[in-house]
Amino acid sequence: MNDTTNHTTDDSTDHSTDDRTEDARGARPTFGQRRKDRIDQLATAGTVDDEPGVSLIRSAWKRLRRNPIFLIGAAITLAFIVLAIISPWIAPWDVTARPLLDKVRPQSNPVPGPEPGHFLGADDRGRDLFSRLLVGSRQTLIVGVVATLFGLLGGLTLGTIAGAVGGWVDSLVMRIVDVMLSIPSLLLAFTVASLARNPSQWTLVIAIAIIQVPIFARLLRGSMLAQRASDHVLAARSLGVRPTAIVFRHMLPNALGPVIVQATLSLAVAIIDAAALSFLGLGNPDQSQPEWGQMLGRAQPFITEAPHLAFYPAGCIIVVALGFTLMGESLREALDPKTRR
Amino acid sequence: MIRFVVRRLLQMCVVVIVLSMLVFLWLRSLPGGPVSAILGERQTPERVAALEKALGLDQPLPVQYLKFVERAVHGNFGVSTKVLPGEDAFQVFLDRLPATIELSVLAMLLAIALGIPLGYLAARRRGSITDTGAVIFSLVGVAVPVFFTAFLLKYFFAVEWNLLPVSGRQSTGLDATRVTGMFVLDGILTREWDASWDALKHLILPSLALATIPFAVIFRITRASVLDVLDEDYVRTAEAKGLTTRVIRARHVLRNAMLPVVTTIGLQIGGLLAGAVLTETVFSYRGVGDALATAFREKDYPVLQVLILAAAVIYVLVNLLVDIAYAVIDPRIRTR
Amino acid sequence: MTQTQHTNRPRGGSSEPLLSVRDLRVTFQRQGEEEFHAVDGVSFDVRPGQTVGLVGESGCGKSVTSLAIMGLLPGRGNRVSGSAIFDGEDLLTLSPAAMRDRRGSEIAMIFQDPLSSLNPVISIGRQVTEVMERHQGLSRKQATPKAVELLERVGIPDPKARLLNYPHQLSGGMRQRALIAMALACNPRLLIADEPTTALDVTIQAQILALLKELVVDTGTALVMITHDLGVVAGLCDEVNVLYGGKVVERGGRHGLFRDPRHPYTVGLLNSIPRLDAARGEKLSPVPGSVADNLPWTSACAFAPRCSQVVDACTRETPQWEGDQVVGHRCFNPMGGTR
Repeated sequence: MNDTTNHTTDDSTDHSTDDRTEDARGARPTFGQRRKDRIDQLATAGTVDDEPGVSLIRSAWKRLRRNPIFLIGAAITLAFIVLAIISPWIAPWDVTARPLLDKVRPQSNPVPGPEPGHFLGADDRGRDLFSRLLVGSRQTLIVGVVATLFGLLGGLTLGTIAGAVGGWVDSLVMRIVDVMLSIPSLLLAFTVASLARNPSQWTLVIAIAIIQVPIFARLLRGSMLAQRASDHVLAARSLGVRPTAIVFRHMLPNALGPVIVQATLSLAVAIIDAAALSFLGLGNPDQSQPEWGQMLGRAQPFITEAPHLAFYPAGCIIVVALGFTLMGESLREALDPKTRR
Repeated sequence: MIRFVVRRLLQMCVVVIVLSMLVFLWLRSLPGGPVSAILGERQTPERVAALEKALGLDQPLPVQYLKFVERAVHGNFGVSTKVLPGEDAFQVFLDRLPATIELSVLAMLLAIALGIPLGYLAARRRGSITDTGAVIFSLVGVAVPVFFTAFLLKYFFAVEWNLLPVSGRQSTGLDATRVTGMFVLDGILTREWDASWDALKHLILPSLALATIPFAVIFRITRASVLDVLDEDYVRTAEAKGLTTRVIRARHVLRNAMLPVVTTIGLQIGGLLAGAVLTETVFSYRGVGDALATAFREKDYPVLQVLILAAAVIYVLVNLLVDIAYAVIDPRIRTR
Repeated sequence: MTQTQHTNRPRGGSSEPLLSVRDLRVTFQRQGEEEFHAVDGVSFDVRPGQTVGLVGESGCGKSVTSLAIMGLLPGRGNRVSGSAIFDGEDLLTLSPAAMRDRRGSEIAMIFQDPLSSLNPVISIGRQVTEVMERHQGLSRKQATPKAVELLERVGIPDPKARLLNYPHQLSGGMRQRALIAMALACNPRLLIADEPTTALDVTIQAQILALLKELVVDTGTALVMITHDLGVVAGLCDEVNVLYGGKVVERGGRHGLFRDPRHPYTVGLLNSIPRLDAARGEKLSPVPGSVADNLPWTSACAFAPRCSQVVDACTRETPQWEGDQVVGHRCFNPMGGTR
């Protein structure tokens, strides 16, 4: 309380100052305009009682729109997705073509440098590096999104069953989930991937999806449990709404916020982990489907002669992962001001 | 307190049992089954049949599992096929363990020694340039793949500027005495200071690479946690008592703020094991991680099963220690 | 008017004030928002041994007033002006270090929520002894027997065993007693209690209030009682300040104020208490509206939109203080005053 006086709270680093005032106790000097706004919002939320999430999402959006961190993250993410979709058409060269093959000299010049028409040069097989980077975004996105989607579906199934049914089912499912969580996730991914006789992009997807399942399961189950005790679920129950209807219409929509946040953060992790798997040679060996992690792994032997071969795909991975992380973190703060970790 | 530890130990046993089942099932579902996993390239139809009988693979699954456990308890996991062909798999693990302990301990110490004070400072000076910078650094730190950090460090500090060794654990010319297998410690124990120093130089880059993610996470948790605690009513009570700033920080703020940090450290140790696989590969650092990477790539299943089971057990053990540390700090857990 | 003043005069109004708050203003300024005057020119006196109540609903500025006097307002985005003379020194201009020396020894404070106000990971004993270690230069060992005495004095059974307990092991009432023990550890001359009973069960509330009253009488400590509960005021306070929108709107002795309230807000507060002797079917009459309806004090009476006695002047001018440091009100159209 001493040298914190007259701080200008930087909006870009911490947005919780304002939010925290809202749920502070009466003893704090926290009343005033902010609180009233909050109450008003809650009041309007009450009018659409069936979907209490709507107003929360709307108010979160209001804060997010002015949040530079979120905007940067969203811009990166959007650019990445657009690129992944259109890359095959805008890439100047086919990813399997080897236009610079005759420039590759295994001893003196293993990796051809930039030249007109190939402004990043080529890789060790004489393929245009820039084109492969562009098209690589596609596999990276597919692996990340599909893996997160599978993980989410698995977690959704387990978490919903556990949270909605409760009792011994809950105990059993959560015990399994806890054991899965007790294995370091990347190690688990390595282990799962090592099962594949012929690794492909699906190896990556499945390995990463499996490590996401327990995370989503815990998340959903926690949010279900919190809501089972909540008033609006109690009200629905007392009105005789069928249990399945309560789960799908009342409980799941409210768990959406945390799930979206986690999914965004998981995408970043999925992309980084996919790179790690590829790096260890557990990923997709098919080079006609370039992927950043795979390119980075293949750049290893050339670290001294051509570090740029590693820097470009790594840079892409970092920027995209950062984009998802920034977006996820600011979403988390916006949707749940109490959780800042 | 004793009851708490006993309860956690029992829970841990359950986890280890379930884990061993998972590893067993994983072995069973390997391409080609466990026999070809153990025999590797040396398999012939006769050998397969003989080993299948010897291992009792014609018996029902629960019996097989019990036999698997029996062998595991005796440290009998078969013979390495690729990492160190012909060597006992469990021995491979024992030989490699000290190197990884040394690396992980240094990395974790770095992450904690930097993460906690920086996180605390950032929280105290919220909104300052230090704070913003550190937050951005930690966000970027999490987004960079560990092996690329290792790559970068190696490229600049070892290859370009030639400041530190490129790879390995100790320069080859040194005739150092081995005691524990942890080279830095060995040098200190035998007073071969040059050996210690040389080993430490080899450790710096890998441990820095390995420390980035734990550092970033510990930093962020500490910062968030200190911010939360500074806002707590009991800190105001402490202020109302007129306590000195030093006492308030050390006794009231830090101790409470450490609770989530301790949990995080435990979780990060798990990540460290995975990070070691990548970092050790980049630096050709002969530890458990490097062995795991080779075993994964080359499908050395006997070594894999030892290492995975061991990694899981170590991780569970570490988290038991973390839980105990937590209970020491938080009486609400201890005296329930 | 003069007659009312006479009957409203509290006892013990002769000696020099121990604490004299004059024109205290606390303004919050948060980024991108309008300034908010949480406390808007509050003045009151507390004499040695006297119990003074600050009463009002949430948001009236009573807690901010106490935090400002203690120098405990969160540092960011607030401005404090005015003066709070305690024993000849202005607390508001003291250096942070000097203020730190006063807090806990000369002036102590009890907070609303005993559970969150106690550190969960430090034993009760340590939390009591640390005050004495700080201000009386005692070692922990020397302070321990004193802590036992203190806990005993605030009515905690088996105090020796309790020293080793942690807050979560005590009941709500016991926690509040422990907090009181900490506040009393250095025999402060002024005790500020911020809603000390709000978080407690009704039966426990009565016990805590009885304890506070007893302690105040025994030690001669002056007490500032912050509450929204007029029942607490009736049982405890010598003088009462009713706050609304950051200003004192009425002041008087306990008996006078309850018998003959002048400000419509005070009347409203009194009427919103359920009474057993009320006629059957008679409705409770709460004060309509909420703090959100307030008008700015600069050009009106903040209470006007919710007031039953509103006249033209109420929405055009700021009502001035009618009275002195002992009795008075701030209203264009006060009620009563004829009896």
